[in-house]
Amino acid sequence: MDETQNKAQGSTHKIGIYLWIWGLLFVLSFCSYMVDWFAFQGLLRWSLIVIFMLLKAGLIMAFFMHLFWERYALVNVLLWPMTAIACFIVLMAAEAQYTVFTRAFYFFVGG
Amino acid sequence: MSDHTLDKLPGGYKGMAADMSSDQTAFKGVQWGKTMMWIFLLSDTFIFSCFLISYMKGRASTVVDWPNTSEVFSLHVGDVPVPLLLIAIMTFVLITSSGTMALAVKYGYERNRKMCAWLILATAIGGLTFVGMQAFEWSKLIHEGVRPWENPFGAKQFGSFFFMITGFHGTHVSIGVIFLFIFARKTFRGDFDTGKRGFFTTMKSDYVAIEILGLYWHFVDLVWVFIFAFFYLW
Repeated sequence: MDETQNKAQGSTHKIGIYLWIWGLLFVLSFCSYMVDWFAFQGLLRWSLIVIFMLLKAGLIMAFFMHLFWERYALVNVLLWPMTAIACFIVLMAAEAQYTVFTRAFYFFVGG
Repeated sequence: MSDHTLDKLPGGYKGMAADMSSDQTAFKGVQWGKTMMWIFLLSDTFIFSCFLISYMKGRASTVVDWPNTSEVFSLHVGDVPVPLLLIAIMTFVLITSSGTMALAVKYGYERNRKMCAWLILATAIGGLTFVGMQAFEWSKLIHEGVRPWENPFGAKQFGSFFFMITGFHGTHVSIGVIFLFIFARKTFRGDFDTGKRGFFTTMKSDYVAIEILGLYWHFVDLVWVFIFAFFYLW
């Protein structure tokens, strides 16, 4: 069939790309494990964890899941909903602050 | 739509506007099954996000200290406790299986049946190893007295988040492993070369199915990246 043949030719990429990404994912995972190994604390620990996490997630989505090669119509439909999740995270972080404040207040100060 | 025609369409945001307003297929060059898998994964992203956000909220609002995951998930090699060892190995196993899956998709499109099938089988075995190690981890923690309502290490909420999040992820891996074994068999049998009709559908088999299965498998790996970062490392 015409469609299948075109897919067979059009969608393959050189094996080197996959091996590179694979290697990078190993290195990044090793780095994030090292964050725990050396027991970094505080802001340094959190920023390193988030940086390695986002790099790994980006590499997997872009190359293993082929998003880098997809048309923008699909990419944008998939990525924009993430802003809703970001809003939810901000809201719940604020809510958590309030909960821990009221808990501490009523546990230690009293009603 | 063939890729030859796709090359003639505008790319970038101009292409996006053109695709969306073309009064035809919006996702050009994307097989419908692939679109549906992406939309399913998007909804799954929201479910996992809700779990992780509730974990964030629960952990941030407890006045009791959170258990030190580095110690809770340590393994003893000889007499020395190595922090997070099992989790690190699980992470590497899952990434390895993600890599073999990416290669399986590539060889599938190149119609290299044998290579594709062996790589899917390798992916399935990697996934099975991961689930096995997770079962070991669960039984170890349950023996140590971790329950959804209490645990000996700290804040009570720890157990419920641990079992809910890793359990839901483990279920995804298990379902993936089942499908990987089914697809390995189908590929070995040559279903995708002969266009044999599937068990659930009357449509002809196509190697695009391997890419769709791959999307699901990479997503499972993707979720683990976030669980590893937020639950185990944070």
